[in-house]
Amino acid sequence: MALTIEEVEHVARLARLNLPAEEKNMYAQQLSSILDFFTILNRLPTDGVEPLAHVLPLFNVMRADETGPSLPRDEAMANAPLAEDGQFKVPKIV
Amino acid sequence: MTEKYEAVIGLEVHVELKTNTKAFCGCGLSFGALPNSHVCPGCLGMPGAIPVLNRELVEFAIKTGLALNCKIAEFCRFDRKNYFYPDLPANYQISQLDLPIASAGYLEIESEGVKKKIGINRVHMEEDAGKLVHQGSIMTTPYSLVDLNRAGTPLLEIVSEPDIRSPREASMYMEKLRSILLFLRVSDCKMEEGSLRCDANVSVRPRGQERLGTRTEIKNLNSFRSLERALEYEIKRHIELLEEGGELVQETRTWDEDRQVTLSMRSKEEAQDYRYFPDPNLPPVIIDPEWVERVRKTLPELPDQARERLMSEYNLSSYDANLLTMSKDVLDFFDACVAEYNEPKLIANWVMGELTRLLNQNNMEIKDCRVTPSSLAAMLKLMEQGTISGKIAKVVFEEMFNTGDAPEKIVKDRGLVQISDESAIKAIVDEVIAANPKVVEDFKAGKEKALGFLVGQVMKASKGKANPEIVNRLLREELSRP
Repeated sequence: MALTIEEVEHVARLARLNLPAEEKNMYAQQLSSILDFFTILNRLPTDGVEPLAHVLPLFNVMRADETGPSLPRDEAMANAPLAEDGQFKVPKIV
Repeated sequence: MTEKYEAVIGLEVHVELKTNTKAFCGCGLSFGALPNSHVCPGCLGMPGAIPVLNRELVEFAIKTGLALNCKIAEFCRFDRKNYFYPDLPANYQISQLDLPIASAGYLEIESEGVKKKIGINRVHMEEDAGKLVHQGSIMTTPYSLVDLNRAGTPLLEIVSEPDIRSPREASMYMEKLRSILLFLRVSDCKMEEGSLRCDANVSVRPRGQERLGTRTEIKNLNSFRSLERALEYEIKRHIELLEEGGELVQETRTWDEDRQVTLSMRSKEEAQDYRYFPDPNLPPVIIDPEWVERVRKTLPELPDQARERLMSEYNLSSYDANLLTMSKDVLDFFDACVAEYNEPKLIANWVMGELTRLLNQNNMEIKDCRVTPSSLAAMLKLMEQGTISGKIAKVVFEEMFNTGDAPEKIVKDRGLVQISDESAIKAIVDEVIAANPKVVEDFKAGKEKALGFLVGQVMKASKGKANPEIVNRLLREELSRP
């Protein structure tokens, strides 16, 4: 199953990736081979098999509604490239 | 023209739950707190932080689902909704796509005595995003500031079926939904603060046509008023466009409150591609029937039941019963007052009249109010005993509202005891009659209205303290003398 360059560009845009032309070709091939592998998986009989929601046999992992510690404000902001008035400063996105 | 068409409306409501902590971490909820003071690696979207589901969120969701007559899923799961926006630090929102916690319910609205069921398609759990702060409007601001205190706040998204047929029905649906959520005490439901938010999907079609018209989605509806206005505007816009032979574009529009118009935000071609997939960090939730039954037992009296009770036990009109059951706090106040003084109709009038007027005027809520059910009951007893007149009662009540003082104290301190002493009133009546010969003549000539003026003069002269019944009687007696 060959993925088109347009499809690669669409997926790249969704992930906010800026790909040079030669990489688009490379990813088109690599992603196509991954999709080809799924066509092999698709041949397996899965009638009567429930869709898997989670890879571990775990359910109902929950906590009580009790307040835990939050980060001190300066620590919460420590990695911010830009900050103002205790807030993260970012380009506006309309 | 509007008779030719029918509107088809569905609402998507987001409600912030008032749990103690966020949906997937232990940070406390913090409306109005210092920016970024209630955040942790989890709600900051830092790599490696693992979300752990708040059990109370599930309980609130089951409760809400049951109150909305929904089927509660035995198995549900969380999915990631992927998109980039600065208020979403992980670049995905934890939500539920195809296995929501509750579905296939309804709520009932009543319009001019006719009951109508509005279907609830689904109720699902998700987390809120943070808040962007701009200088001025988003169009002119040079940059955005991000406060992530709200990020991770538990939300329910409640999606109606397209069963709503008019802007009025839409706001009735919202009012009913809001009162149910308030009775359940799962949310504060403040539209102006954003704890209750609503998006509307609307289309129109010629009456009798089965197929739905092209729909638009309206966002930014921050009050019942803007919901109704925006829908009215949008329905009119659809009909006019169709009448002109134009074609509607399926798109998302925003309500501009200042200009009272809807504006295009994005069309379907630019619609987001969210690439949902199951969140691998959150194991699924199995809700066994015992859990559902346990929650069902904790359901309080709901607005419809309370309404029935007020109408059958106290003989209140459906209008009164509706108003008293809009909020649980109002109903609790009413019930507590009736428990002390068994005059439900009178109490209903005071709660919906003077009390509501003063609350609105001061932008307050009943739970912050200084008048208590007991003090209102005490004041009404003073009225019943004839200690104060109905007119003075309003003065006393306003003073109670402002100072929180007991009615007995206010009446005593301000000398507001009603004058029922006939000779004292007679003296004022004589004065008023002597001072208004023209009006007296009018009355004697058959002008019944003239009496009202004279009563008013006596009341004024007594500073409102004269017993109005006695004033009326004495005036008539005096005026009927030849």
